[in-house]
Amino acid sequence: MTMTVSRREALALSAGAVAVLAFGSAGPAFAKNDSDDLIKAFTGGKTPTKGKVRLDLPDIAENGNTVPLAFSVESPMTDASHVTDVLIVADGNPRAGVATFHFSPRSGVAEAATRIRLAETQNVIAVAKMNDGSLFMDTRQVKVTIGGCGG
Amino acid sequence: MPTGRNATRRDLLQFGAATAAALAAAGLDPGGWTRAFAQQRVSEADLLAFQPVGNVTLVHITDIHAQLMPVWFREPTVNLGVGEAKGVPPHVTGKALLESYKIPAGSPLAYALADVDFEALAKTYGRVGGLDRVATIVQAIRAERGDRVVLLDGGDTWQNSWTSLATKGQDMVDCMALLKPDAMTAHWEFTLGEARVKEIVDSLGFPFLCQNVRESEFQDEVFKGSTVVERGGVKVGIVGQALPYTPIANPRWMIPNWSFGIREKELQAEVDKLRAGGAQLVVLLSHNGFDVDRKLAGRVSGLDVILTGHTHDALPEPLKIGKTLLVASGSHGKFVSRLDLDVRDGAVRDFRYRLIPVLADVIKPDAAMAATIAKHRAPHAKMLAEEVGRTETTLYRRGNFNGTLDDVICEALIAERDAEISLSPGFRWGPSLLPGQAITREDVYNATAMTYPAAYRMAMTGARLKEILEDVADNIFNPDPYLQQGGDMVRVGGLAYTIDVGKPIGSRIGDLTLTRTGQPLAADKDYTVAGWASVNEGTEGPAIWDVVFAHLGRKKTVAPTGASTVKIVGA
Repeated sequence: MTMTVSRREALALSAGAVAVLAFGSAGPAFAKNDSDDLIKAFTGGKTPTKGKVRLDLPDIAENGNTVPLAFSVESPMTDASHVTDVLIVADGNPRAGVATFHFSPRSGVAEAATRIRLAETQNVIAVAKMNDGSLFMDTRQVKVTIGGCGG
Repeated sequence: MPTGRNATRRDLLQFGAATAAALAAAGLDPGGWTRAFAQQRVSEADLLAFQPVGNVTLVHITDIHAQLMPVWFREPTVNLGVGEAKGVPPHVTGKALLESYKIPAGSPLAYALADVDFEALAKTYGRVGGLDRVATIVQAIRAERGDRVVLLDGGDTWQNSWTSLATKGQDMVDCMALLKPDAMTAHWEFTLGEARVKEIVDSLGFPFLCQNVRESEFQDEVFKGSTVVERGGVKVGIVGQALPYTPIANPRWMIPNWSFGIREKELQAEVDKLRAGGAQLVVLLSHNGFDVDRKLAGRVSGLDVILTGHTHDALPEPLKIGKTLLVASGSHGKFVSRLDLDVRDGAVRDFRYRLIPVLADVIKPDAAMAATIAKHRAPHAKMLAEEVGRTETTLYRRGNFNGTLDDVICEALIAERDAEISLSPGFRWGPSLLPGQAITREDVYNATAMTYPAAYRMAMTGARLKEILEDVADNIFNPDPYLQQGGDMVRVGGLAYTIDVGKPIGSRIGDLTLTRTGQPLAADKDYTVAGWASVNEGTEGPAIWDVVFAHLGRKKTVAPTGASTVKIVGA
């Protein structure tokens, strides 16, 4: 799947973040995917603390094929204290991996926006890794509905 | 008991003398002789009587659904609330609703608000609504209150009649222009497509407010989010909120570049901006639906009034959430809400409210509006008046799970499209018909007129049918109002099922049975399903009204009993 880079993403990228997008190809829909494994690999098995990361997603997706996602992480983004990586996973897609964003102090802020594909109602999880190795996370459920009967 | 100030109770009691009208009238042409009865019982002055208060008067109409002419409208018997909304207004119906607000049985408000004795009271009080009657009420309030009046239209105005479909909303736009609203917001308007909506908005002459509609790519505003008017020396800030779920509930392909959502954060910013700019009163003109607005009122600060819409609820008193007054003004032109406010030092010090039932035989029509309505109807009038059948029972749409009007549509789909199962969307718009009434083409259009009417026929597995029912049920019965879209349950023909509304998605629906055979549905077996109003682009099939015309042509007379194939538990 290809994606269009919007103005906001372009700005986020030009600010210094580099996104590695890993979209799952079509495959059998499992109730549970490899999200736990991906998070474990990212955190080295440590449990992230809830907080500092704010994930913005709609409660209900208007279109599961292109769901707007934005996140921001509280951090001064100095050499002494900054975000290094943010992992985004979706726990109900055929494959959990959505993207990993890499930051440096020169990013200025640890935030980005993109669009993701969600196959069904599921949780989207963001995990942020700080330069001191500490880990923070946020989770949002997004409803993907067949729709068509309201009114 | 509902909370909120009880300013209307005295007004309601004025009608106490009117007791239940046990007019088991055998006259089969309803409306023919109601006028004299209605006028004997209540006068225009009675309906409009109001002890004015304060310096601002909000007048609210919403969800007219393009009904220019008076109609019959039966309120629902079943309107379940879930979560915090369980058993509280507006999820109280019939006798319980009348008792909780101490509305005398048989009074005009009882007729307008509840399904109790609907047929008998319809004979007493006649049809409701008619934009020419609404015009008379608006003019009377303006005559009394002068420059204190703000008139606001909550949307669902431009679609769902034949003339509104044929003129792409122009009949409604021209008629509403005569009322001179200060602003409107929208939902079904968007089913006219982006280009037509923009074209109308450019020539509207008053703001079309939708703070929550943004250009998909860059999130820029598509329409104005708010406006400020000065009334009675008070700066009134008005924010508009379109139906947040429009691209899900209706075809997204008709509005491909616009994105919706509740957008609480942006709404709060808009309210704060108005306050900072000197607005002393801030009103949300909302098409969120009542339960969404109830939740929103507790989360967005600085809103004095929310004029609710979309869910077609009518409440005889405002409901107060914190400092916010929630007003519910019904649908189909059946009510006009008047809310007088005393605004001093940037706060509401006092208020008085009246939900005015628009009894068409009591309120005299405004001549200029009547003429404009007649002009728009003239090219279609003969066709619309053609009889296509008769009904022996009341045809109505409202109710969470079924209604006799959709029973007829579901039956028509099965018969005319040669299907085993039929699905009809849980729309809340569409007036009622009385027993013994002729069904005209207009009556069928009033229940079906829309821009994506194709009646499809396709194979679906038992598993897919269950998935659809689960999905729609969650859009109505999810305990979080922000995940509710505001319609009713999809109506079914040829299918029986059990629903446990208290369960989560995936486990509400069970016992799916094909009624023709009495056999349970097999998850992997294909069934022939006919339905209409698919949100998918390129859906093929005849227009649903033609399916209904063909069916009525064969049947001549219908008499649905309202018996439901849906078993409800956990409510």
